[in-house]
Amino acid sequence: MPLSPAITDLEELKDHPALALLLAWNAAAVESAKYDRDEITIYVERSSIRDACVLLRDDRKCPFNFLADVTCVDWHPSEPRFEVIYHLLSIPQKERVRLKVRLEGSSPVIETVTSVWPAANFFEREVFDLFGVRFTGHPYLRRLLMPEDWEGNPMRKDYPVEGYR
Amino acid sequence: MSHLTATPVIEPGQDRTMILNMGPHHPSTHGVLRLILEIDGETIVRIMPDVGYLHTGIEKTCEAKFYQQVVPLTDRIDYLCPLTNNLCYVLAVEKLLGLEIPPKAQWMRVMLNELTRINSHLVWLGTHALDIGAMSVFLYCFREREDILRLFEMVSGQRMMTSYFRIGGLALEPPLGFFERVRQFANRFPEKVDEYENLLTGNPIWGMRTKGVARITAADAIALGASGPTLRGSGVDFDLRRDMPYSGYENFKFNVPVSQDGDVFARYLCRVREMRKSIAMVQQALNGMPEGPIKADAPKVILPDREKMKTEMEALIYHFKIITEGFSVPAGEVYQAVESPRGEMGYYVVSDGTAKPYRVHMRAACLANLQLLPQMCEGRLLADVVAAIGSIDIVLGEIDR
Repeated sequence: MPLSPAITDLEELKDHPALALLLAWNAAAVESAKYDRDEITIYVERSSIRDACVLLRDDRKCPFNFLADVTCVDWHPSEPRFEVIYHLLSIPQKERVRLKVRLEGSSPVIETVTSVWPAANFFEREVFDLFGVRFTGHPYLRRLLMPEDWEGNPMRKDYPVEGYR
Repeated sequence: MSHLTATPVIEPGQDRTMILNMGPHHPSTHGVLRLILEIDGETIVRIMPDVGYLHTGIEKTCEAKFYQQVVPLTDRIDYLCPLTNNLCYVLAVEKLLGLEIPPKAQWMRVMLNELTRINSHLVWLGTHALDIGAMSVFLYCFREREDILRLFEMVSGQRMMTSYFRIGGLALEPPLGFFERVRQFANRFPEKVDEYENLLTGNPIWGMRTKGVARITAADAIALGASGPTLRGSGVDFDLRRDMPYSGYENFKFNVPVSQDGDVFARYLCRVREMRKSIAMVQQALNGMPEGPIKADAPKVILPDREKMKTEMEALIYHFKIITEGFSVPAGEVYQAVESPRGEMGYYVVSDGTAKPYRVHMRAACLANLQLLPQMCEGRLLADVVAAIGSIDIVLGEIDR
């Protein structure tokens, strides 16, 4: 099963239910999209992530009603440094979609989606804890895994694997 | 949905209520889970889970290892279903590489995964019943669990940290007589499940402790990210093995048990019935086990056989290169989800084209399921918290990673 190259052309991908919905709603909110290894990734503009999530959750035809995961990747030292990643699942239609938001390293701030899916509570706290990305409007943004008084964000790429001694 | 996102801050100082710490060292929290309870008499006013006591930084460690060296780390995430973790990780990397896995390896993976599911459910059933006060079930469950661990030892050399699934196939050819031993177990096991059910299902004390306790509606369960038997106990008919099949599950015929009530008893019924379905799938796998190789044909990724290394120059070179330099994986990203005994376990692997993963993230089913606890317990009695924790079947190793 040789790998086929990723498709990044919006025109070719616009039949995918999630992408079609987002483009019809606000084409400016979609930065780009990628179809690679049978998975679709949509890059969403930072300020519209919450509205995009509400739209995808409440769609009649293919509701992405389940938030599977929120995580983050640190691309240090390149900019924009952080990518916050949302994995959505449509339980009725058995479809998945990955939303990505790029954040600058100097001020990694993004709106929370806890009001869309309460499931995001622990996931976002984990990202805040390990990467230092702030989620505005989160009801309880405290460290989840590391001790309260820990300094630094261990999953950042400039944090050594052995820790600071 | 605003009732689900109430701020869970618990401050002392109210007149009527008392703050109580449950855990992190408490036998019924199944590990090192700490719960901060605000109680009014024996009634739970608010409850807030505090996790992280078992955080070992496995995700960070993965970034410093070669792809093949991550497999033993995945065992240690959820120590009750190591093979499911192995499977999820190797499937993700195989998807990144675009590897085709031979059918025998796929069927072995399915068979061992279903045995792992039974193994995990047995530990859950034993400890859950023990928490509520039914002592003897624990002993029966661990008797059968021992049989499964012996099977794992036979096939992989290890009882718990198996690391038997490797990128591209299996570690070893299953030993002679292995399938016969599995068949004997599979024939024996259904009547053992009857035994557990005789002890619990119709038992009036069990019913009083579980029926109507810690209810959760389907809508709340979905909104809070619940998956697996915790979701199916609330009447949502969704199982990744059937609905988004992976690793050859599409070749198997099975029903997904669903209960409607959303209480502790419903989740209990789901898991007990799942054990019966799983053992039927083990039987199907034994009957239909294809012949053929157990590793994909990819010498740059998969270690050669010992015999070939002694006779063929290329095999020796590949072995040396894989061990010392690893193998590079084409750049890209993959999210692979499998149905673990606890729900949707997902591995998100990002490759930057080198021999070490750029990022490995595990979506822990228990972490999401644990968020249901306040919704389940608030307004109920303290004793019900123990039943509720047992019914969502948490493993702290997976929550904290």
